[in-house]
Amino acid sequence: MTSLAADKPVPRAARFNVGVALMFAVLALVPFAAAFGPESYVLGLVTRVMVFAIAALAVDFLCGFGGLVTFGHAAFVGLGAYTVAIAGAHGVTDMTVTLPLALIVSAAFAYVTGTICLRTNGVYFIMITLAFGQMAYFIAGSLAPYGGDDGITLPTRSTLFGLAVFGNDRALYYATLGFLVASYLLCRAVVYSRFGRVFRGARENPTRMATIGYDVFRYQRVGYVIAGSLGGLAGFLLANAAEFVSPAYMSWQRSGELIIMVLFGGLGTLYGAIVGAASYLLLEEGLAGLTENWKLIFGPLLVIIVLFARGGLVGLAASVRARFSRD
Amino acid sequence: MSFTLLLIQTLNGLQFGVLLFLIAAGLTLVFGVMDFINLAHGVQYMLGAYLAVMFYAWTGSFVLALILALLAALAFGLLLEFTVFRQLYDRDHLEQVIATFGIIIFLNQGVKVVWGAAPLNLPIPDGLAGVVTLMPGLTYPVWRLVIIASGLIVALILYFLVSQTRVGMLVRAGATHARIVSALGVDIRRLFMIVFGFGTMLAAFAGVMIAPILSVEPGMGDSVLILAFVVIVIGGIGSMRGAFIAALLIGLVDTLGRSFMIDILRLVMPPSPARTVGPAIASMLIYVLMALVLYFRPAGLFPAKGRS
Amino acid sequence: MTEAVLLIENLRKSFGGLVVTDGVTLEIGPGELHAVIGPNGAGKTTLIHQVSGTLTPDDGRILLNGTDILPLPPYERAKLGLARSFQITSVLPRFSALENVALAVQARSGSSYSFLRPAAAEAALNDEAMAALAEVGLEHRADIVAAHLSHGEKRALELAIALALEPKLLLLDEPMAGTGPEESERIVTVLKKLKGRFAMLLVEHDMNAVFALADRISVLTYGRVLASGEPDAVRNDRAVTEAYLGEELE
Ligand SMILES: Nc1ncnc2c1ncn2[C@@H]1O[C@H](COP(=O)(O)OP(=O)(O)OP(=O)(O)O)[C@@H](O)[C@H]1O
Ligand SMILES: [Mg+2]
Repeated sequence: MTSLAADKPVPRAARFNVGVALMFAVLALVPFAAAFGPESYVLGLVTRVMVFAIAALAVDFLCGFGGLVTFGHAAFVGLGAYTVAIAGAHGVTDMTVTLPLALIVSAAFAYVTGTICLRTNGVYFIMITLAFGQMAYFIAGSLAPYGGDDGITLPTRSTLFGLAVFGNDRALYYATLGFLVASYLLCRAVVYSRFGRVFRGARENPTRMATIGYDVFRYQRVGYVIAGSLGGLAGFLLANAAEFVSPAYMSWQRSGELIIMVLFGGLGTLYGAIVGAASYLLLEEGLAGLTENWKLIFGPLLVIIVLFARGGLVGLAASVRARFSRD
Repeated sequence: MSFTLLLIQTLNGLQFGVLLFLIAAGLTLVFGVMDFINLAHGVQYMLGAYLAVMFYAWTGSFVLALILALLAALAFGLLLEFTVFRQLYDRDHLEQVIATFGIIIFLNQGVKVVWGAAPLNLPIPDGLAGVVTLMPGLTYPVWRLVIIASGLIVALILYFLVSQTRVGMLVRAGATHARIVSALGVDIRRLFMIVFGFGTMLAAFAGVMIAPILSVEPGMGDSVLILAFVVIVIGGIGSMRGAFIAALLIGLVDTLGRSFMIDILRLVMPPSPARTVGPAIASMLIYVLMALVLYFRPAGLFPAKGRS
Repeated sequence: MTEAVLLIENLRKSFGGLVVTDGVTLEIGPGELHAVIGPNGAGKTTLIHQVSGTLTPDDGRILLNGTDILPLPPYERAKLGLARSFQITSVLPRFSALENVALAVQARSGSSYSFLRPAAAEAALNDEAMAALAEVGLEHRADIVAAHLSHGEKRALELAIALALEPKLLLLDEPMAGTGPEESERIVTVLKKLKGRFAMLLVEHDMNAVFALADRISVLTYGRVLASGEPDAVRNDRAVTEAYLGEELE
C-alpha cells in the first residue's frame, strides 16, 4: 500500500519541534483554565483525548512508518483496559502490578497475532488484523464473570503502593499527560533509531531489505509488539479514566476511528496523531452539543477532509504556511 | 430432532451465504477492478431495503417496489460515484476508507432522519408467505427458498456475464491488469461506472430480498459490510468464484456454528461453561476461519493472478 | 584448485510450462568477474533471483563458498556475503542516498535492535556509507532523497548499496540498463576498479562493457548455457555468433 505522503522524505533525525512543545504546554495548562469552568467535564474530556492520542500514536507508528495498516488496534486498548478491570475484580488494584501486566498482556497478544498477521500484506493485512480484533471483541463479550456484553465497573481507580493517587481527576490528568509525552518521545526516538530505520525501510521495499540482510518479518513483529504495548498503555489509562470497561472498546468501529484520527492529523508525523485524536474527539463532542443530527455534518466533513486536505490537518497547516511564506 | 434441525440450519446457512454473495460480488468487483475500497457498499444494501419499504407503501406491489428500489438505488449509487467516488479512485486505500466511512456515518443518520429510528417491515409477497413441506416433518419458509434461488440465479447470470461478454472480459482483465486494460484504450471510466452501478444494484437487491424477514433499521449495513469483506478476502480479492464459495462457506459456518456450538462444546466440557463460551466461539468462528485461510493462503483461496 | 566462490549445478526452474532455467551449471572463482549474456527473456534475471533467494529453483544446487545456500532465505544469504543489484532500480525512494547506503552498512555492523539512539548520528555508519558513495561518485549527492536522483544516479546508488555490504560475491543485473553513454562509462570505470576485490556475476547487454570487464563469459539462451569461456573464445564461437552476438557486434 502506498502512503499519503509518498514523496515526502523522512527526516534524518529528530529535531526539537516548537509546535509540539507548545501543544504539550497547552495541555499542561488546561487544568488551570478548567478550574474556571465545568472542571470535571473538561478534565474528563481532555483526559480521554490524551488516552486516544496514545493509541493513535501507536497506529501512526505502524501505519505511517511501518506501512502496516492495522484495523484491529482497539483490541490492544481493550486488552489493557480489561487487564485492569479483571485484576480489580480479584482485588488487585495496584498499578505496580496492573500496569506491567497490561503491557505484558497486550505485548504478548501482539507477538502471537503479529506472527500470523505479518505473513500477509496490504489489504489482507488490514483484514487479518480486523479478524483478530473481532475475536478479542467476542471473547470479551463472553466473559460472563466480568460483565459479558454489558461490561464491568472498576472497584476503584488504580492505586500506587496502596495510595489512591488517581483519586482526583487532576492527578489522573497529569499522569495521562506524562504518559502521552513519554509515548511520543519514545516513538520519536524509535523511529530514528537503528531499529526504526529498518522498520521504515521495510515499508518502502521489503525485497530490497531482505537482500541486504534484514529479516523483515522479525523487525516488523518487534514494531507490532511496541505498538501493541502502547495500545495496552492507552487501555490501562482508559479503564482508569472511565472507571468502566466494556467490549465496545474493542469494536471494529473503534479501530477504524483510530485510523481516522491518524489520517485526520496527518500520517507519519507522530504529533499528527495527537492533533488528530484531539480534533476528532473535540469535533465529535462539539457537533454533538450543537445538534442531535451532528452525524449529518460529521460524515460529509470526513469526505471533504479527504478530498481537499491531503496530508491531514498537519499537511493542511504546512501548505497554508508554505503559501504565506511564498507571498 | 437433530437431523431436521441440521437440514433447516443448513438451508438457513445457504440463504445467508447467498445474501452475502450478492453483497460481496459487487464489493469484490469494485475492489478488484477499480482498486477501490468502498465501505459505503453496505449502506447501499440498507438503502435498498428502505427504498423497497417506501415504494411498497406507495404502490402496494412488491414487484414494483423491487424494481423501483433497484432503479432508485442505482441512481443514488451513480450520483455518489459521480460526486465523490470518482475523486477517490486514484487515491490511497486509507483515504478511500475514511471518505466512504464518512458516507456511512452520513447515510446511517440520514435514513434515521427520513424514515425514523424505529425498525420497519416489508411484508412477504402474497403467495410466498407460507411454508413448504420439504420432507415429512420438515417445513421451511418459502421466502427463504426464493432468496436462495434468486441468489443462485444471480450467480449464474454473473458467471455468464463475466466469462462470456466483452465487458466481462474487460472486468476479468481489469481485476488483474488494470493498467494494461486502460493502456489498451478502453474507456476505463465507463467500465468503472458500469461495474460500480452493477455492484450497487446487487447490494440493493440483497437489501430488498432480505427486508421481509429482517427488520429494516439504520446501521443494518454495517455488520453485513464487514462480513462481505471477510468473504472477499477469504475468496481472494477480485475473484467472483472465490466470493461465491467463500460466501457460502461463511454463511454455513456462521449459521451452523451459532446453532450447534454449545452442543459441540458439551461433548468436551460440562454444560454450564459450554453455554457461556459457546456463543463467543460461535461469533468468532468466521474470523478464526479467515485468519486460518490467510495464514495458509496469504492472498485468499483464489488469488487473482498478477495482483500483489 | 581453489574453491569456487559460487558454484551453480544443474539448476532448473520453470514457470508453468515455460522452462526458464534449463540445467544451468556455472562456476565463479575468487576475484573473478563472470559475465552472463543472452537475448531478452533468456532467463538471466531469473538466474540471479534464484541465487539471491527471491525465487526458488525446482532442482539443482547452489553453493556459496562451499555452503549450500538453497535452503536459506535471502537475508541469510546476504549475511553470508551475497549482494545484488536489481535490473529494475530498487532503492528506498524516501531515504536519502546516504541513508540508503547506511542501512546496508548497518546490516553488517552491529545489532539493529537498538531503539533509542538516533542512527543518523552514528559517525561510523555514516563514514562507511560515505566511502561507498564516493566509490561510485555520488558523495556530493549524499543528502538527496533517492526518489529525486536521476536514473543514472539511482543505478550508481544500487551499486553503492551493494558495495557497502562488503560482499564476497556481487550479482549485478544490468547495472547500466537505461543509462546514457557517459553514465555507463562511469559505471564501467567503477567496476574496473572493483574487479578482483570480490567475485562478480555481471548480467549486461552492453557488449563493449562486457568484453572490457569480463574474465569469463557464459552465453545463456532459452535458459541453457550455450557457451562458456574466455571472452575471445566466446567471441569466436560460431554458435554464439549465430544465436546472439551477430547482430549486436556489427
Ligand atoms: N514470475 C514469472 N512468471 C512467469 N514467467 C516469468 C516470470 N518471471 C519471468 N518469466 C519469464 O521467464 C523468461 C525469462 O525472464 P528473465 O527476466 O529471466 O529474462 P532476462 O534474460 O533477464 O531478460 P532481459 O534481458 O529482458 O532482462 C521470460 O520469458 C519471462 O517472461
Ligand atoms: Mg533481466
